[in-house]
Amino acid sequence: MIGFGLSVVLTAIPFWLVMSGVLGSNQATALAIIAFAVVQIVVHMIFFLHMSPRSEDGWTMMALIFTLVMVLITLAGSLWVMYHLNTNMMPSHDMSQLP
Amino acid sequence: MEIPIFHLADEHEHADGSSTMLGFWLYLMSDCLIFACLFATYGVLGGSFAAGPSPKDLFDLPLVAVNTSMLLLSSITYGFAVLAMDKDRTGQMQAWLAVTALFGAAFIGIELFEFAHMIHEGATPQRSAFLSSFFTLVGTHGLHVTVGLIWLGTLMVQVARIGLTAANKRRLMCLSMFWHFLDVVWIGVFTFVYLMGVLR
Amino acid sequence: MFDNPDLLKMIFGRLTLDSLPFHEPILVVTFLGVVIGGAIVVGAITYYRLWGYLWHEWFTSVDHKRIGVMYIILGLVMLLRGFADALMMRLQQAMAFNGSDGYLPAHHYDQIFTAHGVIMIFFVAMPLVTGLMNYVVPLQIGARDVAFPFLNNFSFWMTVAGAVLVMMSLFVGEFARTGWLAYPPLSNIGYSPDVGVDYYIWSLQIAGVGTLLSGVNLIATIVKMRAPGMTMMKMPVFTWTALCTNVLIVAAFPVLTAVLALLGLDRYAGTNFFTNDFGGNPMMYVNLIWIWGHPEVYILILPAFGVFSEVTSTFSGKRLFGYTSMVYATVVITILSYLVWLHHFFTMGSGASVNSFFGITTMIISIPTGAKMFNWLFTMYRGRIRFELPMMWTIAFMLTFVLGGMTGVLLAVPPADFVLHNSLFLIAHFHNVIIGGVVFGAFAGIVYWFPKVTGFKLDPFWGKMSFWFWVSGFYFAFMPLYVLGLMGVTRRLRVFEDPSLQIWFVIAGFGAFLILLGILSFLVQIYVSIRNREALRDVTGDPWNGRTLEWSTSSPPPPYNFAFTPVVHDNDAWWDMKQRGYERPLGGYKPIHMPKNTGAGIVLAGISMVLGFALIWYIWWLAILSFVALLATAIGHTFNYNRSFNIPVDQVLRTERTRTELLSGHA
Repeated sequence: MIGFGLSVVLTAIPFWLVMSGVLGSNQATALAIIAFAVVQIVVHMIFFLHMSPRSEDGWTMMALIFTLVMVLITLAGSLWVMYHLNTNMMPSHDMSQLP
Repeated sequence: MEIPIFHLADEHEHADGSSTMLGFWLYLMSDCLIFACLFATYGVLGGSFAAGPSPKDLFDLPLVAVNTSMLLLSSITYGFAVLAMDKDRTGQMQAWLAVTALFGAAFIGIELFEFAHMIHEGATPQRSAFLSSFFTLVGTHGLHVTVGLIWLGTLMVQVARIGLTAANKRRLMCLSMFWHFLDVVWIGVFTFVYLMGVLR
Repeated sequence: MFDNPDLLKMIFGRLTLDSLPFHEPILVVTFLGVVIGGAIVVGAITYYRLWGYLWHEWFTSVDHKRIGVMYIILGLVMLLRGFADALMMRLQQAMAFNGSDGYLPAHHYDQIFTAHGVIMIFFVAMPLVTGLMNYVVPLQIGARDVAFPFLNNFSFWMTVAGAVLVMMSLFVGEFARTGWLAYPPLSNIGYSPDVGVDYYIWSLQIAGVGTLLSGVNLIATIVKMRAPGMTMMKMPVFTWTALCTNVLIVAAFPVLTAVLALLGLDRYAGTNFFTNDFGGNPMMYVNLIWIWGHPEVYILILPAFGVFSEVTSTFSGKRLFGYTSMVYATVVITILSYLVWLHHFFTMGSGASVNSFFGITTMIISIPTGAKMFNWLFTMYRGRIRFELPMMWTIAFMLTFVLGGMTGVLLAVPPADFVLHNSLFLIAHFHNVIIGGVVFGAFAGIVYWFPKVTGFKLDPFWGKMSFWFWVSGFYFAFMPLYVLGLMGVTRRLRVFEDPSLQIWFVIAGFGAFLILLGILSFLVQIYVSIRNREALRDVTGDPWNGRTLEWSTSSPPPPYNFAFTPVVHDNDAWWDMKQRGYERPLGGYKPIHMPKNTGAGIVLAGISMVLGFALIWYIWWLAILSFVALLATAIGHTFNYNRSFNIPVDQVLRTERTRTELLSGHA
């Protein structure tokens, strides 16, 4: 039940933040909702998926951590690489100023 | 010198299905990576509107909020179903599963309505790379939910036929992991696609 | 009715009589060959009334040993096709000088180099390593089968389904002409509107499902089903490399699934992921496919490293040197393999910061491999080395792979890569490491474990013939390619202008011919070994004086592997047992719980293949029908709860008694 309550709150707040624009800056709002998403994911993991370091002798947790690292590498790596490719390979671009 | 014991004279059999939960969790991790690729694609291509509609033009946040609550509620009712299952209260469990299915179906229904509306407005998956990645990411999630619903129906039939056997309980726990995992992915979707999209 | 084009289109999609290559003489001859060969095989099976046996004992088997053997047979059969492609390419490139166009038109040649790559990676190398891991790992950890035996059977048949689709493309329609990774925009619908790329997509998606599930299966097996006393750090090194390989499979194959799905959406639904317009970005495909592609090559090589560890310690009569560092090196390689992928496209303009990062990580990843190499050498040092065939393959590997690895480090330097990318130098490099590493490892493993599987050794003479032909052939075939690459020759070329290059291609062609003799010798070796099997018989189950648990069983092992689950006290568990006076228990057997055979796997894979075919040819009614059938069969299968049985005690008793008699007769 705690999980349920937390999830509802952690969902409602980001929606409200974006829809009401109460934080003013887009950047601040973006950071806030990302933070809320991360917290809510953890809440889901603990309260709904019953994640614990003890389950399956720690293998579930190890698998999750490994996967998260892979996800991060895929996301960050792709964004970094593609940003560089796009910037450098855009036409009418000063090639001497490649990052 | 005494020879050490090199074999198990009396075996406690490896219970059938003792590896199922770990195996399913590993599969779920691979599914996580598929979504990671789709998120990465959305991240890279999500700004390419090709002079077509952008998130601000398309996303109906109140509707998305309703949708999100449908999925969240379905997660909670599944939790109640599992609690009933642990107490071997088959009838109660089936009832909660049915409610879960209804919420899940509502989620899909609303999503289909949203898609239909967008397509009607000309925001088709073919219109731009942004729309291609949007429809694919959100659509793949929806497809997973649909598969979950089919699985849920099948399990309800199987429990009705042969009861809450150990095998069926294992299957229900796997579906539980699947269902909650889909809710976790949805958190990512509504944050990075819908909310951030409107903020761009 | 046959005049109505719309009706024909509805029934057959875009499949027409023109899809059959009547006008290509090479294909017609090949087809006739396949038909005649196939007829002989099918005829022989029918004549000897073996269909029932094959169905009940092999095709529906969920026994990891049977499935492992079938994977290896698949790999070896597909090797013949993949190598035929190689021969054709070598011949074309040796010929096409001084105005000659060679004998292969571009349309055909482009399919050959694409098919060569796809087949060798997905349908030769993957099945060979998967087959070895499948057969050996449960035995090495003292288990009776893998964690999910039905899934194992299903995975195998899905791989076969993928292979069949690729082979079908030879005679019905055509294959992709894009290279083995099918980069867009060339692979997109605009530039490849025909069925080739669709064959590619669906065969890989189907086979990919099999591989992914196999990965999950083996991880769960190794984590959950080890014999009591076998802690992680007491596992055989081959099992460690198998674990890391399967972790890579579970982590990498979803990326392949996703990116091929996106390409499929572009082709079928007109989306704009990898198009040149409407916001698409073809480089995102290149990025994603190599995020899969680099871990894939480590998936191929890690099991080979495991084989070499087992072989080196067994044939040096010594415990493997540096077990802990071997394990750490393997794990480090596993993780680092995710941080190097951009080195496959240094030239695409990501800039100095990105290129440097990935160049450095690529160089770092060679270090743990070097550590392994030293560990093998130190194992051999002061050992009593027996130069049996597996050891010969291992030494050839050490020399060849190090050479290939060094050229890899050379390529890891971005400015060097700017010159050498997509040249024959690159082709030489990856063949160097794949043949020197994976192929030599597969052969070492096959020769090493063959007696365990069949009960008799492989003929040493023909084995050595095969070995020397392969090794010399490899060097003749690929060293010229390094030279050509440094001179600036690009890969995948069909015709050449500069006559001074021809001599190198002719030498390479000669090398390919030597490899052909190596493959033929291998086939002769199998035939001769079967014929002389009594002379080559392995009676004890331990023909090489092995160190790990698989050698404690009979050759071949009983269906249940171990009458009693072993208890492990140390690394090299079987060696430990032999040293400490282990005695095989002769009584007190219990009934053994085993999974039942099932035809569900082959049926599901068969339907998937039909689904793939229907999607390729746009036969929509068949696609929908087979999809529904697939779903129904899968759901129907879950209604079968009766999946296991018990082997009764007297059957165990009889099996074990037979072995006792064999062992005492031998003594």
